[in-house]
Amino acid sequence: MADAPQIPDEAEVRARWGAFAWTKENAEKAKAVIARYPAGRQRSAVMPLLDLAQRQVGAETQTQGWLPVPVIEYVAAELDMPFIRAYEVATFYTMYNMVPVGRYHVQVCGTTPCMLRGSDDVMAACKNRGMTKGKTTPDGLFTLTEVECMGTCTNAPMVQINDDNYEDLDYDSMVRILDDLAAGKQPKTGPQNPKRHTSEPEGGPTTLVEMVKANHDYRKEW
Amino acid sequence: MSLADKDRIFTNLYGFQPWNLKSAQARGDWDKTKDLMKRGQDAIIEEIKASGLRGRGGAGFPTGLKWSFMPKEPRPDRPSFLVINADESEPGSCKDREIIRHDPHKLIEGALIAGFAMRARAAYIYIRGEFIREAETLFAAVQEAYDAGLLGKNAAKSGYDFDVFVHRGAGAYICGEETAMIESLEGKKGQPRLKPPFPAGAGLYGCPTTVNNVESIAVVPTILRRGASWFSSFGRENNKGTKLFQISGHVERPCVVEEEMGIPFRELIEKHCGGIRGGWDNLLAVIPGGSSVPLVPAAEMMDAPMDFDGLKALGSGLGTAAAIVMDKSTDIVQAISRISYFYKHESCGQCTPCREGTGWMWRVMERLRTGDADVSEIDTLFDVTKQVEGHTICALGDAAAWPIQGLIRHFRPEIERRIRENGGALEAAE
Repeated sequence: MADAPQIPDEAEVRARWGAFAWTKENAEKAKAVIARYPAGRQRSAVMPLLDLAQRQVGAETQTQGWLPVPVIEYVAAELDMPFIRAYEVATFYTMYNMVPVGRYHVQVCGTTPCMLRGSDDVMAACKNRGMTKGKTTPDGLFTLTEVECMGTCTNAPMVQINDDNYEDLDYDSMVRILDDLAAGKQPKTGPQNPKRHTSEPEGGPTTLVEMVKANHDYRKEW
Repeated sequence: MSLADKDRIFTNLYGFQPWNLKSAQARGDWDKTKDLMKRGQDAIIEEIKASGLRGRGGAGFPTGLKWSFMPKEPRPDRPSFLVINADESEPGSCKDREIIRHDPHKLIEGALIAGFAMRARAAYIYIRGEFIREAETLFAAVQEAYDAGLLGKNAAKSGYDFDVFVHRGAGAYICGEETAMIESLEGKKGQPRLKPPFPAGAGLYGCPTTVNNVESIAVVPTILRRGASWFSSFGRENNKGTKLFQISGHVERPCVVEEEMGIPFRELIEKHCGGIRGGWDNLLAVIPGGSSVPLVPAAEMMDAPMDFDGLKALGSGLGTAAAIVMDKSTDIVQAISRISYFYKHESCGQCTPCREGTGWMWRVMERLRTGDADVSEIDTLFDVTKQVEGHTICALGDAAAWPIQGLIRHFRPEIERRIRENGGALEAAE
């Protein structure tokens, strides 16, 4: 586990996050989340609430957020479950950040389908910008992570940055996206290939062509 | 043999039109759902059985049969649940995402009908955490359905009360395994449970539960509307229906497309993907069903029928129908080694053969990639994959073993060549 993150210093973290509590808006959201599960099964809400907490930490720190130990304790107490049960959930799933990340969390998919289509070039574009896998740039802007299959394989290679996907990438388009983000601009999300809308073949669909222009109802032809 | 657009189920697959309720209804979703439900629970299950629908998540278990395992009269203190598996994380697979972001109402209507048929109280749709925008669409679509009275009390005026909830995962491939998914839904680490008890006996919260793939559920309303015989008119015996194929890797135009089951691989690629990059002579191998199935070399693959039995006969499998195509520029050992790394990363750590084995297998694969190994280690590696396979609680151990077995079975000379070339250099140094 040499590449496992070092959980940050306890006393410092506790001083900063010991008084964590939901904002008014998130308190409402948390209530709605818990209501999705049967009475007495509120523990089921631990995953969505950890995500909500991470997002709140992110909003307070102008980053993508992370889960300091006192915040996990707070969520566990909210759900009346032992801290260790919440902590093991937080450490089991990869989307919970156990250490602070930057403003943009650049998650490059490197699994075989993306690898075959050139994810190494995407990774190179990140590295040439001074990013290192598993680290945040000194200006706090970018954190680079190599992730496993993100489920957009027909639009490979791809990267997920914060909540958005950027697909059909190559070296140049990745450089452009990073430039835009660094300049505070929002790049176009989704496929970067101008000849593609979503997951249809490049240059236009080979099936369901009527759907491109109008909401065609095929029932008449049944 | 060519599937017509009118026989395609996912008409808004590419999202050229809006996903919202109004547009979905104009395409035929939620049309007299009440009448479909009026046929009765057993009649719906029989219709699905007759259609020959097999689970679209990879294992291919008959969907109607699975539903029939659920209790006919659930006890009030032990309600039944439907869990819909939208934790699409198998490398190569990207079909459920298209359904969820472009045709979510097919899934939600299917959830109501399937849930009704198996006498479930509610459905939980477990969507993978990385599908952030897709989950936003799904939450909004479910809300639309509630607002229109299609879910909740007296859902779609059928007299049946049914809820649909969306649960987001947080990044764990293993949660696609049905019992790990149930554990995760209960707020725990996603570590698979021993079976038996099977989920139909004791699943979510200890209650009877059926776990179905997104595609299996989303095709149900259309099958009922058009009849079992319509669905079973496509494909070969025991491999019926239409299917979303996902073609990635070295084809000219990768895409997701709905086609008839059993379509020959060559036809699928020629028709929709513009051929193999560099022509058919340039094809090296294909992983036909997502990373968990063994690869098939070019010569055997070219005219293989893309269905469960056709690919099983080649020592591989249909899996999720996610074909990863590799041309001759591919470093095949690296491609499989990268898959081994994936399984090492995703092993939940519960069973020793998988926890230790996946890392061990990946490290040996990396040495085979560079040729820094002894020829006898190929046999040792094969032997270890056999010791992992079948000796773990869930199938992740098997899934980690099979790609390596496929590689050794078909590309042993390539591995030996690397070792020889590397070993030759070593001998010279001595």
